[in-house]
Amino acid sequence: MIWLDTLIQGLLLGGLYALFAAGLSLVFGIMRLVNLAHGDLIVLGAYLILGIGTALGLNPFVAALIALPVMFLLGWLLQTVLLNRVLGDDILPPLLVTFGLSVVIQNALLEQFSADSRKLPVGPIEADSITFGTLNVGVMPLITFASAILVILCLNWIFYRTALGRAFRATSDDAVTAQLMGIRPRRVFALATGIALVVATIAALYLGARANFDPSIGPARLLYAFEAVIIGGLGSLWGTLIGGLVIGVAQAFGAALNPEWQILAGHIAFVLILLVRPRGLFPRAYD
Amino acid sequence: MSALLEIRGLTAHYGDFQALFGVDLTLGTGETLAIIGANGAGKTTLMRAITGIASVTAGTVTLDGARIDPLSAPDILRAGISMVPEGRKLFPSLSVEENLMIGAHARKGCGFWNIERVCELFPVLAERRHQPSTSLSGGQQQMVSIGRALMSNPSVLLCDELSLGLAPVIIREIYAAFPTIRESGTAIIVVEQDIGQALKVADTVHCMMEGRITLSGRPDELSREAIHDAYFGIAHS
Repeated sequence: MIWLDTLIQGLLLGGLYALFAAGLSLVFGIMRLVNLAHGDLIVLGAYLILGIGTALGLNPFVAALIALPVMFLLGWLLQTVLLNRVLGDDILPPLLVTFGLSVVIQNALLEQFSADSRKLPVGPIEADSITFGTLNVGVMPLITFASAILVILCLNWIFYRTALGRAFRATSDDAVTAQLMGIRPRRVFALATGIALVVATIAALYLGARANFDPSIGPARLLYAFEAVIIGGLGSLWGTLIGGLVIGVAQAFGAALNPEWQILAGHIAFVLILLVRPRGLFPRAYD
Repeated sequence: MSALLEIRGLTAHYGDFQALFGVDLTLGTGETLAIIGANGAGKTTLMRAITGIASVTAGTVTLDGARIDPLSAPDILRAGISMVPEGRKLFPSLSVEENLMIGAHARKGCGFWNIERVCELFPVLAERRHQPSTSLSGGQQQMVSIGRALMSNPSVLLCDELSLGLAPVIIREIYAAFPTIRESGTAIIVVEQDIGQALKVADTVHCMMEGRITLSGRPDELSREAIHDAYFGIAHS
């Protein structure tokens, strides 16, 4: 029974990793940009929720509702003012710029909030659990997992059922021909980054509600997110969810065997899957 | 016939390489104009310059009296110029129907062309509407590409090398759609290496060589020999 419990805890943890990864996957799928500052933007989102909640005396869930449009605007501006200028045939400039942005965000947060660990005070729900037979499942991990499914469903709906989604896919396929359809790729990219930061803010809410965070933890979140995206297959949203679950389950079983093996087990699962499926589990057929 | 599209002294460069040398063209309302020429003559560059994909270094392009050469490609589409690009360039992640729908992304609303009309023009597309665009044959993909360009209800349709890589029977089928497109009020510029096909559909033919128009006239006014000589750059003393 302990293995079933471990599996469920792993799947629920994987939901959080899928949330970390969904925004990264969206941006990569549309503009082939690996945003190395993605983890730090999640941490920035957590501090923003904390700041809004503290200043206005709001529960983090309510504060997140205010943070969402702020982060969308930040993403839109980031893409318009900075990233659109460096996107092109050469993949190195955007990598360097987002790496620099990562350093800037970490240091700005350190300057503003110090290196002390923080946590989002979500209240009694944090410790609540639901019992299924002999299994106890935490309410927060369950909400996180449900949110991950909902986010992936919403992103899929946008991608495959809306005019914006068609513009996303067309621009991703061929930005020059997309312009002949009246699409402005730079605006499409700005909207995509805005949406990615909305998803990052949702991830930030659960990151801060479930564990401590400080300005330095962004790169590790980026690593989990990146592994989930690669495992799932670049640009596949459902693949990203599966990728997150794989890492979560691997970490849970690693920790069950030996608590020191938790992180390592996730990375080993990543490497093993890449050895068997170098393009991930659900690669796009036409890439 | 009043001038719908006027091109004056159009010059374009790729870096230091000059691809167009002061090209002049006039397209009348409802007219079909063919541009013929060998590979590297500058035909595709001319299409790309008109649509704003290639930057214009000198000259003007006016549509209905308004200059469009300073506009971006999406704004030129909104002004009323749509292109069927060389090589079809369908979006592989979009279905046939989605490829058609994206053609109307910027110019929604009223107009003769919609998905049903495109499917009437090319009935095979109605059967394949929900298939991935990559599953179609080359000819069917060309039909989608034409339909996609029509979905914006353009006043000028640019067709770049429609016959490239297609069987003669398919080429005839595609060009058979031209009268309907003209009747919808759309003027057409067709770029072709297939001289015979271009002469059949065009009201006016221009031959290009090394970035310049070297011969112009109505198909019935131009001798085969003159076209042949202009196409291959043979000078007579």
